[in-house]
Amino acid sequence: MHGIDLHWLPNDPRWAEHLAAVVSVDGMESPVWSQVVALARNRLSALQTIQLDRRRAKALPSAPPQLAGPPVRLAILGSSTVDHLAAGIRVGGLRRSIWIETYTPSYGQYAQELLDPSSGLHDFVPTSVLFALDGYHLLQGITPTATSEAVSATLNGIVDRLEAQWLTARRKFSAHIIQNVPLPVFLPLLGGNEHRLPGSQLTALRQFSALLRVRADAVGVDLVALDDRAVSDSLAAWHDPALWHRAKQEIHPQATALYGDLVARLVAANQGRASKCLVLDLDNTLWGGVIGDDGLAGIKLGQGSARGEAHLAFQHYARDLGRRGIILAVCSKNDEMNALEPFQSHPEMALKREDIACFVANWTDKASNLREIAKQLNIGLDSLVFADDNPAERAIIRRELPMVEVPELPEDPTFYASCIANAGFFEATRLTVEDVQRTQLYQQNVARDNLMADATDMNGYLHSLAMQAIWDRFDSVGRSRIVQLINKTNQFNLTTRRVTDAEIGRLIEDDSALTLQIRLLDQFGDNGIVAIVAGEADEATHTIHLVTWLMSCRVLGRGVESETLNLVALEAMRLGATRLVGRYIPSAKNGMVRDHYAKLGFSMLTEDVDGTTTWFMDLNNFEPRQTYITSKQA
Amino acid sequence: MMNDTEIDNTLTSVFRQVLEDDTIQLTPQTTAEDVEGWDSMNHIFIVVELEKRFGIKFQAAEMEELKNIGELASLVKEKLVKKA
Repeated sequence: MHGIDLHWLPNDPRWAEHLAAVVSVDGMESPVWSQVVALARNRLSALQTIQLDRRRAKALPSAPPQLAGPPVRLAILGSSTVDHLAAGIRVGGLRRSIWIETYTPSYGQYAQELLDPSSGLHDFVPTSVLFALDGYHLLQGITPTATSEAVSATLNGIVDRLEAQWLTARRKFSAHIIQNVPLPVFLPLLGGNEHRLPGSQLTALRQFSALLRVRADAVGVDLVALDDRAVSDSLAAWHDPALWHRAKQEIHPQATALYGDLVARLVAANQGRASKCLVLDLDNTLWGGVIGDDGLAGIKLGQGSARGEAHLAFQHYARDLGRRGIILAVCSKNDEMNALEPFQSHPEMALKREDIACFVANWTDKASNLREIAKQLNIGLDSLVFADDNPAERAIIRRELPMVEVPELPEDPTFYASCIANAGFFEATRLTVEDVQRTQLYQQNVARDNLMADATDMNGYLHSLAMQAIWDRFDSVGRSRIVQLINKTNQFNLTTRRVTDAEIGRLIEDDSALTLQIRLLDQFGDNGIVAIVAGEADEATHTIHLVTWLMSCRVLGRGVESETLNLVALEAMRLGATRLVGRYIPSAKNGMVRDHYAKLGFSMLTEDVDGTTTWFMDLNNFEPRQTYITSKQA
Repeated sequence: MMNDTEIDNTLTSVFRQVLEDDTIQLTPQTTAEDVEGWDSMNHIFIVVELEKRFGIKFQAAEMEELKNIGELASLVKEKLVKKA
């Protein structure tokens, strides 16, 4: 059994010592960030989490320049005490190399702050908004004497009001919205057949949580399923009525390290930063015993022993992860022939050879083999989760490849699957068409129909649009349209820089400049030119300075921004650049693109008092963003 | 069963650990105003940590009635006696 802690993470025995060694250092090369990230990747108690957060705040008061992804500004809107949740969320971010700043409105003020443009919440300008509302607050007005119809009407009203708040937050801040599913804190009035009393708060909360899920899906809001956690970890671990009475804390302080991790997973998933591939060891991981010594008949797998059943259950979990789009790989110290034998000949194997996208069994060290696996699959090492029963192998990989996730599997194979599940490495907020295609690619003998049905409506819609981006450099044919678009576009325009026809003429002649015009076609026809980007090359620093980036608002939300970035990056690299630098200059009308570069994964370089921000992206590590658009040059 | 000195030492150690200040000296007369950082947030973590270290459970009302460290130590002792 697991406790309510970060049990999949290792324990650094010298953690306190390493924490004390974190001190502020001036300059770009400050090691503080990597130190605190490493400290966060341990099995921290709630208290250690707070200590790390305090130490980080002291040594690193603002976001460092070397961040992998955009900084996150997360507002925690609570109906009860939520201040104690902030440290866990910030440290959950650290664990994923994500800088999270938090803001908590004054107690009980969240609804007002959401509406009041002069509130602290508006000053904060959140990029994520977390609604942490407790069941006591939400279910006010539900009484045991209420009829089923009255309860349904009340609950629908509550969900309607919540939705209005989500949409307000999204409209005002373009923020990622996260909602807690409340903990089931109520006591039964009937008992096992509580559902027969619709006005019981316990029954009503269950109905509310079901309604909440439907509405959240409809609106695109991500959930923190605290009700599921209460089932797996026990309600008592998450909620202490004494603390509720004493301090109005719905979530137990001891649970805040885990809670913060759950929230940070959603933040990371929203940035597309979840693991993609589960790499499995074989001996004593997928089966009990050593295939090279014990032989096919000697290994423990499947019926006949509890141990064998436990390994089989783990295989089932891995196989199901594979079916939902996680790539499976094998990394084993074995002769390849021995390693393959159970896959081919053991009747109890749930995993088949064709479930494994990349099968590496040899006597080379596992760090090299993991590098090879990442290379063959064409994914980053930070997309790998490595499951190995051997603590020594795990320690080596953590030291050699700190970006690989290495769960601290428990000794008992019974809990391998729950260890990986609880770690949330593969946290996903939606199943993409790409997930399904990957599954089809690697598991061609698996029925596909169910999976297609699982793809969300939005992805299915985008896919069905069959979008094509036709791009070209600026040319004389498009010249007048380009000038017109640059001079009239106000909203989706990063710099609102106006041009003359002659300037565009000069750009057309300038082979060192980055110029792009992008036309979008879809199944309904031609949308015309939807994006214009222009950049000047600084050859000394191999940098392209993006002086113009504008787009048509009509096609937003269809991945055109991402596809444009892909084309900009490709073209910049063709021109020999290794860095992109972009600028956002605020105008009265272009607030919608304030976070444009952050959303695309640029890191902020500077921020002026007038709100002008500059951003950069390192093209050496550029990975094209997933879209539903195919591009070709005109 | 812990003696008074051991209880006092554990109290001090918990306060030092939670507030990360090794210079904290507690006396029976010490109150929240006397200790830097002993705010309502840290108070909860102090309570949770005390419950863990001593293996006891505080009732909601008990904590509100405490005026100083002396009373906290007496309450801990009372609970340890009951437990033993």
